[in-house]
Amino acid sequence: MSLTRDDVDRIAKLARLAIRDEDVPAYAKDLSNILDLVAQMNEVNTDGVAPLAHPLDMSQRLRPDAVTEADRRETYQGVAPSVDDGLYLVPQVIE
Amino acid sequence: MHNKTLSELSAGLHAGEFSSTELTTAYLDRIKAHNPALNAYITVAEDSALAQAAAADELLKAGNASPLTGVPIAQKDIFCTEGVKTTCGSKMLDNFISPYNATTVEQFNAEGVVCLGKTNMDEFAMGSSNETSFYGPVRNPWDTDKVPGGSSGGSAAVVAARIAPASTGTDTGGSIRQPAALCGITGLKPTYGRVSRYGMIAFASSLDQGGPMTQTAEDAAMMLNVMAGFDPRDSTSVDRPVPDYTANLNDSIEGLKIGLPEEYFGEGLDAEMGKAVETAIAEYEKLGASVQSISLPNTHLAVPTYYVVAPAECSSNLSRFDGVRFGYRCEDPVDLEDLYTRSRGEGFGEEVKRRIMIGTYALSEGYYDAYYLQAQRLRRLISDDFHRAFEKVDVIMGPTSPKAAFGIGELSDDPITMYLSDIYTIAANLAGLPGMSVPAGQVGGLPAGLQIIANHFEESRLLNVAHRYQQVTDWHSQIPAAFK
Repeated sequence: MSLTRDDVDRIAKLARLAIRDEDVPAYAKDLSNILDLVAQMNEVNTDGVAPLAHPLDMSQRLRPDAVTEADRRETYQGVAPSVDDGLYLVPQVIE
Repeated sequence: MHNKTLSELSAGLHAGEFSSTELTTAYLDRIKAHNPALNAYITVAEDSALAQAAAADELLKAGNASPLTGVPIAQKDIFCTEGVKTTCGSKMLDNFISPYNATTVEQFNAEGVVCLGKTNMDEFAMGSSNETSFYGPVRNPWDTDKVPGGSSGGSAAVVAARIAPASTGTDTGGSIRQPAALCGITGLKPTYGRVSRYGMIAFASSLDQGGPMTQTAEDAAMMLNVMAGFDPRDSTSVDRPVPDYTANLNDSIEGLKIGLPEEYFGEGLDAEMGKAVETAIAEYEKLGASVQSISLPNTHLAVPTYYVVAPAECSSNLSRFDGVRFGYRCEDPVDLEDLYTRSRGEGFGEEVKRRIMIGTYALSEGYYDAYYLQAQRLRRLISDDFHRAFEKVDVIMGPTSPKAAFGIGELSDDPITMYLSDIYTIAANLAGLPGMSVPAGQVGGLPAGLQIIANHFEESRLLNVAHRYQQVTDWHSQIPAAFK
């Protein structure tokens, strides 16, 4: 498996990661090597094998749909880069 | 005091031989003297540690103490601590002070345990050498030119150098056991779901598990008594009774059936490391255990499977770091897209970005079946290997790591070789099994680790098996010369 420059750009865009142009070839090489390692998986026929999503084969526990947490908005927003009047601030999205 | 185990310190505190304040001060002094050579702590919590020690002394005086009250430990910097910086080894969280405590932290606080500080680690627990930390590599106390292993490298180094009597770690693919082996300490990864993941910054949620890193199995049992248990705040926490892990430490292991997987003793294993492990296993035979060869035929698929499952889950978990709600934000973003991509591009290190991209690719449209679904099917085959083995044997033993500690910088340009250093530890995570590493000899002056794997929820058996070995050997009590 050999990823191209375009592949790396596309993956970086999907992952919302800004990658410097000069770093793209190194990522292409490293990611291709990892995919080669992973390709050993294809040598195994797994027809009829049920996927194991949880190591103890358990399903997700459900809980009653009840409010259990106190409102701690101010505390949680205390660690945000930019807030105003209870709102998280980001660059303008709509003109 | 620094050469005492957790259980000896507990006895000393309860007997009034010294106070928690004296003990904590002694460790803080040792940290000041020795941490600069190791870089094992990211944050030393001197003020809060002394306040906790004073409170513990009150509990001890009043007779309200539990076994670990007043004992100081170090927390891996992946566990959220209210009021003390939690970085996860990343620039992304360099400014992050958690608004709440991890359950593990709450549990130790409730027992009156003192937190000395937060230990260095590979960034977001992604690494096997502690070199991916934003805060620089941790150095191995046995040879400061060598890595301590990872990702819980700081937690292993602080115990090896006795600048904390014990610590916490997390293990997604070997991150407790491998650094424990490379630093000559005892490390236990419990069964998946046994220890709460709440407030433990997520890497790969179907694999992550916290556990103790200590000098001895007895100390690990005391720590696990505090850490294990059901937590409604963790949706994968297992609701099942917690035994007293110290109760069966001294049980006889006569008749114990040990399985040695042929795949763990083949190509890739350093010859001297193999000898050290065989010597340890011979010790078990003297204790009355029987040894048989077994096969885990899908072992070679564990690393490839892991490098789909773990990156896929990490790419999902780490999407929360968006520069909006907490953590690093880039300067002067021109629009929302720029805010997201530059905050993440600048905030994450190289290894984290590699894994996010692999995971994103594996989960992207058209590739899901070939990667993630195939990996989950292989995960079943790997898990089934263990189920079959445990029909025949009680525990599985082998090396924790194929080699002793390697040099700092030796593998940092070679991710694949680095990944293969976890070849013996990863399968236990994929199968959700408890595993331990115990000090078992030396290779060229560096520690060797014996790995012991048991069936689900058999932590008591693991601790018993490790403890009996430590009663007849002294590898676990050896301290590197510079830190005696």
